[in-house]
Amino acid sequence: MVTRMKILIIEDDLEAAAYLAKAFHEAGIVSDHASDGESGLFMASENSYDVLVIDRMLPRRDGLSVISELRRKGVHTPVLILSALGQVDDRVTGLRAGGDDYLPKPYAFNELLARVEVLGRRKGAPEQDMVYRVGDLELDRLSHTVRRQGRELLLQPREFRLLEYLMKNAGQVVTRTMLLENVWDYHFDPQTNVIDVHVSRLHAKIEKDFDQPLLRTVRGAGYMIKEDGRTDA
Amino acid sequence: MSRLRVLFRTTAVRLSALYLLLFSLCAAFLVFYVTGMSQRLLEQQTKDAVAAEVSQIEQIYSRGGVNGLLRTLERRARQPGANLYVIAGPTGEILAGNVASLQPGLLDKEGWTGEAFRYQRYTDESRKESHVALAHVLVLDNGLRILVGRDLQEPEKFRVLVRQALVVALGIMGIGALIIWFAIGRNALKRIDRMSDASTRIMAGDLSQRLPMSGSGDEFDRLSESLNAMLGRIEKLNEGLRQVSDNIAHDLKTPLTRLRNKAEAALAHKATNSGYRASLEEIIGESDQLIRTFNALLMISRVEAGAAAAEMSDVNLSQSVADCVELYEPVADEQALKLEADVPADIHVSGNRELIGQALGNLIDNAIKYSDGGADPSIKVNLARRDGAIVLSVADHGPGVPANKREDVVERFCAAGRKPQQAGNRAGPIAGRGGDGDASRVSRTE
Repeated sequence: MVTRMKILIIEDDLEAAAYLAKAFHEAGIVSDHASDGESGLFMASENSYDVLVIDRMLPRRDGLSVISELRRKGVHTPVLILSALGQVDDRVTGLRAGGDDYLPKPYAFNELLARVEVLGRRKGAPEQDMVYRVGDLELDRLSHTVRRQGRELLLQPREFRLLEYLMKNAGQVVTRTMLLENVWDYHFDPQTNVIDVHVSRLHAKIEKDFDQPLLRTVRGAGYMIKEDGRTDA
Repeated sequence: MSRLRVLFRTTAVRLSALYLLLFSLCAAFLVFYVTGMSQRLLEQQTKDAVAAEVSQIEQIYSRGGVNGLLRTLERRARQPGANLYVIAGPTGEILAGNVASLQPGLLDKEGWTGEAFRYQRYTDESRKESHVALAHVLVLDNGLRILVGRDLQEPEKFRVLVRQALVVALGIMGIGALIIWFAIGRNALKRIDRMSDASTRIMAGDLSQRLPMSGSGDEFDRLSESLNAMLGRIEKLNEGLRQVSDNIAHDLKTPLTRLRNKAEAALAHKATNSGYRASLEEIIGESDQLIRTFNALLMISRVEAGAAAAEMSDVNLSQSVADCVELYEPVADEQALKLEADVPADIHVSGNRELIGQALGNLIDNAIKYSDGGADPSIKVNLARRDGAIVLSVADHGPGVPANKREDVVERFCAAGRKPQQAGNRAGPIAGRGGDGDASRVSRTE
């Protein structure tokens, strides 16, 4: 039995918050809602959440100050900042204030869901694992080698990082923008299928000559690497 | 009168007033000092002359006695412009001399009379005019008193003359200074008036107005010049804003209309579940396009605000370019194009990696989109140092930009809207400005 993830949404737009709560509920995530910065800060420090989704512009206390106040109090719950300010510098200020991820508005819910799940999982994830395993695929972060069924696969450095990120979040949907951010460190919308092309190259390398598919496309969301047969609820 | 009050409110005039006051004080000091000095000098001369005469008289008396003395004094007293000579008895009554009357009590004391005294001559009895003189009193052994003195009329006149000359000269200087000061102040005030008139017109909304310049290159001109430059920038930004809002109207209304049409169409047809699904997916696609347009607009306005708006840091341009080429290489590959990079190592610029990456990404993206894969299917990305500048270029073998559209390429939103089927809002060249001005000139060649 997987414990359900519990998140706090601090958002002053009630309609948007209701929509998010419903959508998260359908995705199996329990959410609480606070409609201003002060009550959000109170709820986040009094209860234990897996992830905080904080809007940047809030009444009574702005989002960034909520985050810095939480961090000052020693609350290290991962924070995802939602903001209409989507520029490069705004992202930098947001992350500097203690946010863990930044998603500019408007966003696709799938994108938000994928990011929240990754953040929530991160809390207990063995970050220091030197070897990632998904089914018969094995990635050694120390020696930079990838094996499948014991056979070594030759990957380009970038393909290695792509696979590393996918495997670190195995079983989770990873969106194209998340890949661009984490593998290439770019935060803009490339407007073309660049990421798809990279993923399909990687796909060809790790799936060719093997029966069991591991890397799959999640329609309308992104990609996921997962051992076949093991299904989530 | 109010103008005068305004004049007094200006710094220049206040300073001038202060200078004028200091100048007057100095001038007054000068007048008194010079006249005082000349007076003392003349007095000293007078005293010296009198003292010399007194010692002569003493000699004459010791040699020729009273008779000799009388004769000498008689003779000297008749000479024109003679000194004052008085022979008086022991009680002070005047026995002989060329003086009609003296200030009483003057002869009682031997030696210098101290202060100047008044007396009357024989000659001007009729006019009753009194004169001022300085004298020395000598008491002989027989009780007779001899007074030798000198008239102070001449030195006094001289002193007054000097003082008058000084006062007149200083007065003229003061008046001159006042006139010049007033003229300059007025002139300054007029120019400021003209400037504030112009700025009132500008504030009223006429941004094409400029502040007047006299062409002299002075402080006012320099001020006008920089204010004019500022106005030029504001006008440009304003123009840009207007253009952007026009573009927003166009670029957002078109997809919004399509969005609405699609929703309407879906409602109108009694579609199946999957039909609705397809419509909804199309609608989401349209919204994504809208979001993209919005983001491009936001970024453009951000970049237009100037380089200061973006956070600058040291960027390894070589690494950035290599990353970007690596990012797009598989895409080019898929289109049977060859992305070739000529990138020397370790070229650093001050800029924003994200914006540079975005600009370059846009350029490569466009190059891939517009290459027709003709005889030479290669796209060259070149980074080089040239004449102290760093040149980054992306060159494809596509049809290129038509000659008459080349100017437009560096304008925002060129082609956006006109070719909706090509989803890219070509913000590439604009984003190029996000880097350090000289370092990231973006050129598009065929």
